[in-house]
Amino acid sequence: MAPETKHLEVTLETQVESVNLAEEMCLRLAEAAGFGEDECYRIGMSVREGVINAFHYGNKEKPEKKIHLAVDLTPDKMIIHVADEGTGFKLSDVPDPLAEENLLSTSGRGIFLMRAFMDEFDVVPARTGGAEIVMSKRLPSPGSPEANGNGSGGHGSAPHREA
Amino acid sequence: MALHLTPRDSGAITVVDASGRITLGDGSANLRKTIRQLVEEAHCKIVLNLADVDYIDSSGIGELVSAYTAVRSKGGELKLLHLTKKVHDLLQITKLFTVFEVYSDETAAVRSFG
Repeated sequence: MAPETKHLEVTLETQVESVNLAEEMCLRLAEAAGFGEDECYRIGMSVREGVINAFHYGNKEKPEKKIHLAVDLTPDKMIIHVADEGTGFKLSDVPDPLAEENLLSTSGRGIFLMRAFMDEFDVVPARTGGAEIVMSKRLPSPGSPEANGNGSGGHGSAPHREA
Repeated sequence: MALHLTPRDSGAITVVDASGRITLGDGSANLRKTIRQLVEEAHCKIVLNLADVDYIDSSGIGELVSAYTAVRSKGGELKLLHLTKKVHDLLQITKLFTVFEVYSDETAAVRSFG
C-alpha cells in the first residue's frame, strides 16, 4: 500500500486575523507531524510571512480577495502553499534585505525569512491568477534532535554579541 | 499575546519594558504609538527592554527599524536590551545587529548614552 499523503486546504479572508489563524493551524499540524519546538517556530513564522505577503502585497488588503492556504503532509515532508489573488511577482524582482542600502528598510524581509527557515522555497503563478508560495520542510526522523520534545529552543539566553 | 509597553525613567534615559509579541497588527501599532509619543515628548534616549518578547515577525522587525530611524531623526538613540534567543537570532540573520546597539545589562545600556 502506498504511503498516505494528507491534504488540508482552507480559504482565508484578506484580513489581519487570517495571519494568526494560518499560523496556528500549521503549528498544530507541524506538532502533530512530529516537528520539535524550533522547527515548529520556523514553520509557523514562514506560514505567517507567506500569509502576510498574500494579505499585503498580493491582495493589497482588499477584502473581496481571498488567500488560499494548502498543506500536504507526505511521508517525507510538510509542503505549504499560500496563494493570493493579486498580479503575481518574480522572486528576482524582490530586493535583497541584507544589502547595505536596504538594511533600514521598514519592509521586505518576509521572503528572506521564509527562504531562511524552510528547506525548499519557490514562487510560482497561482491558479487564482496571483502568486503562489510553495515551501517545504523535511519531516524529522524519529529520535532525531529535530523531533518532538527535543527542540533546543529556549528563551532568555544571553546575547552572543553586545555593544 | 498582545504587546504591552511600559515606559519608565532611569535618569535622563527612558527604559521601555516590552512584553508579548511584536507582530502585524496591534503589536506593531502599539510599539509605533509608544515610541512616537516618547519622541514627541522629547524623550529621545530610549532603551527598549525585550526580555519578555519572544516573537517578532517581519512587520515587527520593520517597526523596530522605523522606531530606530524616528528616534535618530530627532537626534536621539534607541538601544535594545535583553534579547531572547529567538529575537537575537532574527536580528542576526537579518543583519540588524550591525544597526542596533544591543545590551544584556540594563546599567550598561543606560550608561552607554554618556
